[in-house]
Amino acid sequence: MAYDKFSVIKSPAVPLPVENVDTDQIIPARFLKAVERKGFGENLFRDWRYNKDGSPKSDFPLNNAKYSGKILVAGKNFGSGSSREHAAWAIYDYGFRVVVSSFFADIFKNNAINNGLLPVVVTPEFLERIFETIEKNPEAEFKTNLKEQTLTNLTTGETEEFEINAYKKHCLKNGLDDIDYLVRMKDEITAFEEANS
Amino acid sequence: MEAKTLFDKIWDSHVVKKVEGGPNVLYIDRHLIHEVTSPVAFLGLKNRGLKVFRPEQTTATPDHNVPTENQHLSIVDELSRNQVEMLKRNCAEHGIKYHDLQSEGHGIVHIIGPEKGLTQPGMTIVCGDSHTSTHGAFGAIAFGIGTSEVEMVLASQSIMQPKPKKMRITINGELKQGVTAKDIALFIISKISTSGGTGHFIEYAGSAIKSLSMEGRMTLCNLSIESGARGGMIAPDETTFNYMKGREFVPKGKDWEQAVEKWKNLKSDEDAVFDTEYSYDAADIEPMITYGTNPGMGIGITKNIPIYNGMGESDKKTLEKALKYMEFSPGDKMLGKTIDYVFLGSCTNGRIEDFRAFTAFVKGKKKAPNVNAWLVPGSKHVEQQIKEEGLLEILEEAGFKLRQPGCSACLAMNDDKIPEGKYAVSTTNRNFEGRQGPGARTLLASPLTAAAAAITGKVTDPRELMDNEFLETDKTLEPV
Ligand code: SF4
Repeated sequence: MAYDKFSVIKSPAVPLPVENVDTDQIIPARFLKAVERKGFGENLFRDWRYNKDGSPKSDFPLNNAKYSGKILVAGKNFGSGSSREHAAWAIYDYGFRVVVSSFFADIFKNNAINNGLLPVVVTPEFLERIFETIEKNPEAEFKTNLKEQTLTNLTTGETEEFEINAYKKHCLKNGLDDIDYLVRMKDEITAFEEANS
Repeated sequence: MEAKTLFDKIWDSHVVKKVEGGPNVLYIDRHLIHEVTSPVAFLGLKNRGLKVFRPEQTTATPDHNVPTENQHLSIVDELSRNQVEMLKRNCAEHGIKYHDLQSEGHGIVHIIGPEKGLTQPGMTIVCGDSHTSTHGAFGAIAFGIGTSEVEMVLASQSIMQPKPKKMRITINGELKQGVTAKDIALFIISKISTSGGTGHFIEYAGSAIKSLSMEGRMTLCNLSIESGARGGMIAPDETTFNYMKGREFVPKGKDWEQAVEKWKNLKSDEDAVFDTEYSYDAADIEPMITYGTNPGMGIGITKNIPIYNGMGESDKKTLEKALKYMEFSPGDKMLGKTIDYVFLGSCTNGRIEDFRAFTAFVKGKKKAPNVNAWLVPGSKHVEQQIKEEGLLEILEEAGFKLRQPGCSACLAMNDDKIPEGKYAVSTTNRNFEGRQGPGARTLLASPLTAAAAAITGKVTDPRELMDNEFLETDKTLEPV
């Protein structure tokens, strides 16, 4: 799918200091009935975000006006459980472009990158300090630089490098996806089939 | 030649191309699709003006959101109906085999694959559902993918994946009475945690694994994903071949003999090296039950919920949050906790052996009046077998009813939702907050433990109720 090209993102961050956030929490199954990829942001973290009567839960970070920005910061093992790509769509649709954690579940990480959402893995210590920084100053900004593969805590000045393979980096920077790549490879795939039949 | 693991052998033989500084282009033999994670993929194809590249290698079934009662009627929920109809239309348009809700071949995607012989050793198999790992029981590389990847497979019969690391989990020794494949899986996840397998593909080995039936192996591989692993697999052997022989899509006659000869080579070389290894003694495993809100929060059924003492700050926070949701306290005994619902079904435990075990257990007993029991076969075929083998009468005699096949309360996308605050002993795979319905509280366990809870109305050690009569009827657990 087409998504915005990714370069440098400088923004405050929304903290979600919870570990093992599974994709059932990110987007509960009952919201997976759409046949288009639209509007999932509304139901992002639905059951943590809203009371049963639809009123917002005031203690949930997304409902707290002091937090904003394009960066979501979460506890370790983010995105475990169901393979639903709707989880990545919901986070992107809500307006996030980067998710920071000390550990991501595999399928979520793949799904995120495939949709222009950058998962940034940092050390547990760095993550801890990001949370501290936001707690002290919710407007504190962070800078993600895809080209340099760095995340900077602009308050403390600390920077950490993150990993991303060269191919995916190229895709994100240019707003390309794997399908474009694979479709161009059809002859090679056909040759592979013939050689292995 | 370099020693290879079973995983290496299959993976390496499916790599079409290694992308410079990137993932592998991996060829996919078998693709399974369902109504929830495919519509956007088909839409993507349409927007790009593409056709399905190899339609005969994809099979479709609606399972996630279908009702489990009155399946002959039109689906009442409009959004669900729309998804199912959309799947049907997409399949018709692209020439993909579709198993309609009313048809004989209908069922949960991971149940019908093996049932029809679509799942075979040495294959690469993917589906937009994380429990695709089930198919690894046959010595295949099988894993769940996202919708973008579903679109990739539809467009090119390939996906782009970095090669995972390899893990081996060996379990030797003999399993104790009343301990099932489900208990092995919950035991492993309780040991290595829900992130312990991340980045890896697991191979299960050892005498206790070899002794499992094919269906038990499927249950074990099914739950691999709950440890964070991409999938799990078991080298094929006589048990595998006996199960497969004669199924619809497996080779026949001479081709069968040849295929078996080839499949026999699918095992890890003796000196192959794994990135991570664990090994456990089968005798240390007892019937398991979960107390928290992720599948790693499981304990032997006679044990108590952990206490905070000695726990790190972050583990403590996670446990606190889980116990608050479950309304349990640290140090609580699980045995004797009152429950409200029992769910038997899902791609984890919705196969015929699960129903045989459950039925053998409840035979001659009565369902507790405080328990609502939902018994949902994994497929039409399983439903048929339940009737043909006379299990239905025994179940009805004991006060149970049978529903129609589908994912049902495993993810509660249809009407089968456990009500808020209620406790369900469930044979499914996830006890996440709200997984079985908003506010529902799930205790994951084996079909035997679920049966025991259904009879007593509380968490019960199934071994306590296993008398001689059960041991005799135990032979009904054998595959027919
Ligand atoms: S039964 Fe549950 S885990 Fe299995 S395919 Fe259906 S929803 Fe997924």
